[in-house]
Amino acid sequence: MMLELKNLNVYYGAIHALKSLNVNIDKGEIVTLIGANGAGKSTTLKTISGLLKPRTGEVIFDGKSIYNLSAPEIVKKGIVHVPEGRRIFSTMSVLENLEMGAFTKNNKTEIAEDIEKAYTYFPILKERREQLAGTLSGGEQQMLAIARGLMSRPKLILLDEPSMGLAPIIVNEIFNIIKTINKSGTTVLLVEQNANMALKIADRAYIIRTGEIELEGKAKDLLKDESVRKAYLEG
Amino acid sequence: MEQIIQQLINGVSLGSIYALIALGYTMVYGILSLINFAHGEIYMIGAFVGYALTTFLGLGFIPSLLISMLVCSILGMIIEKIAYKPMRNSTRIAILITAISVSLFLQYTMVYFVGPETRTFPQVLESQRLNLFNGNVILDTKNIYIFLITVILMITLQFVVKKTKVGKAMRAVSLDKDAAELMGINVNKIISYTFAMGSALAGAAGVLVGIYYNTINPLMGAGPGLKAFVAAVLGGIGLIPGAVFGGFFLGITETLVSAFGGSVYKDAVAFAILIVILLVKPTGLLGKNLKEKV
Ligand SMILES: Nc1ncnc2c1ncn2[C@@H]1O[C@H](COP(=O)(O)OP(=O)(O)OP(=O)(O)O)[C@@H](O)[C@H]1O
Ligand SMILES: [Mg+2]
Repeated sequence: MMLELKNLNVYYGAIHALKSLNVNIDKGEIVTLIGANGAGKSTTLKTISGLLKPRTGEVIFDGKSIYNLSAPEIVKKGIVHVPEGRRIFSTMSVLENLEMGAFTKNNKTEIAEDIEKAYTYFPILKERREQLAGTLSGGEQQMLAIARGLMSRPKLILLDEPSMGLAPIIVNEIFNIIKTINKSGTTVLLVEQNANMALKIADRAYIIRTGEIELEGKAKDLLKDESVRKAYLEG
Repeated sequence: MEQIIQQLINGVSLGSIYALIALGYTMVYGILSLINFAHGEIYMIGAFVGYALTTFLGLGFIPSLLISMLVCSILGMIIEKIAYKPMRNSTRIAILITAISVSLFLQYTMVYFVGPETRTFPQVLESQRLNLFNGNVILDTKNIYIFLITVILMITLQFVVKKTKVGKAMRAVSLDKDAAELMGINVNKIISYTFAMGSALAGAAGVLVGIYYNTINPLMGAGPGLKAFVAAVLGGIGLIPGAVFGGFFLGITETLVSAFGGSVYKDAVAFAILIVILLVKPTGLLGKNLKEKV
């Protein structure tokens, strides 16, 4: 198992945001975490990436406990978190954003290769490389956020609502890229409200509700599940 | 006409000093949204370190300048670590009070150790007076040195911030700390480096002012500290070019006002300008309201 969340309890002051959460991810999978607003999806990702510390429970990555590491140390271990709302560095150029993604790397030739690779995933970023990131369109910013995340050569990439606020055609494009990234060997944990799309590309899925895992299973089974359809796929 | 040129020369020197100090204010503000009111005291300590090195150790100008910058950068990092870091999540007013306390603490610690009296800074730079316009305008070589060193330091700073990994990380941290951490950037370290760089510039300003005005004392940081802060706000706080522009603008205005009969009012004029500019353009002269895309 690559990542294991064991009985995680996370609080914001008195708010109990994650309640005994258990999630497992195997190497090579795309796993999606689906839930409504405020269910605890982002909180889960922040706890994995070290922005939040659990009160109790464990985060185990490649067999080692990582919950007491700082966020930068976790990046070095091979987990990268592409946060909700993209959070690109708006007054820095596209290229500088990619360079920041490679902050933990020191090998200049490898960084240059990775930048080229990012440009093959997202050719538009190459055209825009000198442009300030804040002037990109929403879809381009999301592409940059993903490309920037890949610059650390992660084993596991955490994507928080990459489809948020984007037109369906762009969402399709981004989901295709997520599949490609996964095929090239990166494990993916995808947080989505767009359950339909997410379940179509994922191997397995967890459904989270008010901080608890409500349901888990194969993505294609959940797509057919009556209660899931009612709650997350229709209307 | 000659008088205006003379005052411009003086104004550029004074402006260099303000600009160097203003840079530290603006860099720290950019990264922490904190007004480091102890910054003027770092400049004062820079002057004293330069004084000690030249007077007691007989060091020359350049070594004294560099060592003083180094000492100030360490001091800046220590202040950040001891006084500001524990306050990182406190209210703005609590942090402001901390900053003022650190400022007073440094002032009176220096008064305690070196006494309140004014000292004469040794003449470590050959000073030659060049007479221009039939002797109506005097250009002292000190003016040239001060301006040159300021320009060199600014170009270096610009290079660091624009081109180096640490400089880019500084900009990233100032834009979004959480996102920077998620890139693997150690935010605390970058904040510490920012204090170090800003403080080194203040240290340089301290040595330059000692050379320019020849006198130093433990309370000398208060006035220029405040004015450099004004300069930083004038130019647009958080913006490096803004601090440079604001520093020169204020220095030149101040010398012109005092030359034309207003030396008593020069500070009033400086602050009046600040108020007017902020009324018209709250983000400062070079500030722009960049709209973030949602
Ligand atoms: N900084 C915070 N302080 C206090 N409560 C918080 C904080 N961040 C999140 N919460 C609360 O924790 C719960 C889970 O929030 P979280 O952001 O993880 O939800 P989410 O599933 O990502 O929702 P969304 O789909 O809207 O992004 C919510 O009830 C939220 O109000
Ligand atoms: Mg969220």
